[in-house]
Amino acid sequence: MKIVKGAGTVPDREPPVPGDAPAGEPRQERRTRWQSLRGRFDRRFSPYLFIAPYFLLFGIFGVFPMLFTFWVSLHDWSFIGGKAGFAGLDNYAFLVTDAKFWNALLNTLGIFVVAIVPQLLIALFLADTLNRQLRWRGFFRMGVILPYVTSIAAMAIVFGQLFGRDFGLINLSLESFGLDGIDWRSNRLASWVAIAVMIDWRWLGFNTLIYLAAMQAIPRDLYESAAIDGASRLRQFWQITVPMVRPTIMFTVIIATIGQMQLFTEPVIFSADYRGGNQNQFQTVAMLMFEEARQLDNFGYGAAISWIIFVLIVIFAVINVLFISRIRSAT
Amino acid sequence: MSVYAPTRSAAGTPAGPRTTNRPRRSASGPLREAGPLTYIALSLVLLFSAFPLYWMFVVATRGNQAIAQRPPAVLPGGQFAGNVVRTLENPAANFTTGLLNSAIVATTTTVSVVFFCSLAGFALAKLRFRGRNALLIGIVLTMMLPVQMAVVPMLIMMDAFDWRGDLRAVIVPFMVTGFGVFMLRQYALQGVPDELIESARVDGCSTFRTYWSIVLPALRPAMVVLGILTFMQNWNEFIWPIAVLGPDNPTVQVSIHNLNLGYTSDFALMFTGATFATLPLLLVFVVFGRKLIGGIMDGAIKG
Repeated sequence: MKIVKGAGTVPDREPPVPGDAPAGEPRQERRTRWQSLRGRFDRRFSPYLFIAPYFLLFGIFGVFPMLFTFWVSLHDWSFIGGKAGFAGLDNYAFLVTDAKFWNALLNTLGIFVVAIVPQLLIALFLADTLNRQLRWRGFFRMGVILPYVTSIAAMAIVFGQLFGRDFGLINLSLESFGLDGIDWRSNRLASWVAIAVMIDWRWLGFNTLIYLAAMQAIPRDLYESAAIDGASRLRQFWQITVPMVRPTIMFTVIIATIGQMQLFTEPVIFSADYRGGNQNQFQTVAMLMFEEARQLDNFGYGAAISWIIFVLIVIFAVINVLFISRIRSAT
Repeated sequence: MSVYAPTRSAAGTPAGPRTTNRPRRSASGPLREAGPLTYIALSLVLLFSAFPLYWMFVVATRGNQAIAQRPPAVLPGGQFAGNVVRTLENPAANFTTGLLNSAIVATTTTVSVVFFCSLAGFALAKLRFRGRNALLIGIVLTMMLPVQMAVVPMLIMMDAFDWRGDLRAVIVPFMVTGFGVFMLRQYALQGVPDELIESARVDGCSTFRTYWSIVLPALRPAMVVLGILTFMQNWNEFIWPIAVLGPDNPTVQVSIHNLNLGYTSDFALMFTGATFATLPLLLVFVVFGRKLIGGIMDGAIKG
């Protein structure tokens, strides 16, 4: 049945049901009025019913915990003893002077830098490689995204072995080239590199596909005219491709920053505790929060660290929204 | 029923909005031909991608001597069955429970996220009501916030609910995501034509009926991608399950964590556990891999 729009039908009223026609006149009328009432009720309140589950659940398990985090962070609070008194901003005052916190923040940001720079560069080149006339295109794309679809903790176990000091495959290969093996867990920079490799292994393909999509949207005549002007392929890459996908690069950087603030699984599996090495050389802020809250039973301080993580993420998220809306309005 | 006719014609239009307005159509001329160097580079990347998985399988099918052996073993061995039994029987890991629990948690949250987020996404995209824009902005601003980081207050809450060690603790808080609402809202905006909704209305469909028989089928491509992402995310959830679930009732990630804490040198055991935790995701990848790639490349993730 084809419906002609705007052909004089009133959208709110339900059409008479054919089978019910023989009913008496007044009954029919009552029925229609009831149906139109129901229709109006439906139109009015259905939208709220539809969004209610989301806002209800997010209110209880999203907004409330965030605010509650702040409340707990203002107290001396332990799991065993419960709330032990108001502490004001003492937890935050301690946080500012806590060398472990600054160390964890340094590690989090340090691992980020070590991970993100090669990851984005390689992803850009890889996307450029995939953006060609390729045989087995689908196969290569599947191969690139494969690591993204694995268990993070499981792969951290595998990488933990690969980066083992004595029997790790990576040290074995280094030694077979006549180089010294590296103690990946005790050296700060080496541990950052190992964790960065795990992150990059997982996210390289994801970013590659996002860049590839952006690159496919670049008009090809740009390249043609550049080629006529005698620009080399490398030059075309840096002067056309990279500037054209810059908004996408910014997007992936912001997403990566937000993810990085929560970095937890890889370093925890890598160190097999929450300390991140003997000198906390690769303890992240999320690990410190977990250690304080769960192991040292210091809920108040753990909550303060959580709150700082939120604040940092909110800053990044706001940048994200502003940035994306700027791109949207520009296009 | 007249409702179904327009639905089918919607599915017949070139598969949603993203393919039709994709700007790549404007790119003209043939792509640059790939040379042999391209194939070599791509093969190296593939090797890098697949190797850790392959190595996991090699060690899981051999004993611990595979690790110490020089040169290292290259091919899978024949001890997989033995390792599986040893891993499943390990008292610290509780792997059977862990696998079962993870399957329950990931499936429930996926179904729930896809359902509730499509409801809310539809309402925010297509229904007019007071406060719509404010609510949408609220979602966009909060969708990046990681509930997982609120470990402390969530633990206190779970004690109040008496949910500690209970699967409800790792299911209920993750039954909706702001990301899912936003993603499906963006898709519904273009992917569900207003005319279809209007005509369903004219036919006397209730709003829920309209959602069920018109919006849901039209949203399917985006829902599949959201489903894959949600399943992966909840299968991988780590910090919150290890905080709230005990060793008796773990998810598979908790099992792995407990193995890793106690048996750091028994690699055959740990790698077999790792294989358990990875295989279901690889299965998802085999079945839905192409859809996932399409979702990432169509900007579904970017919203």
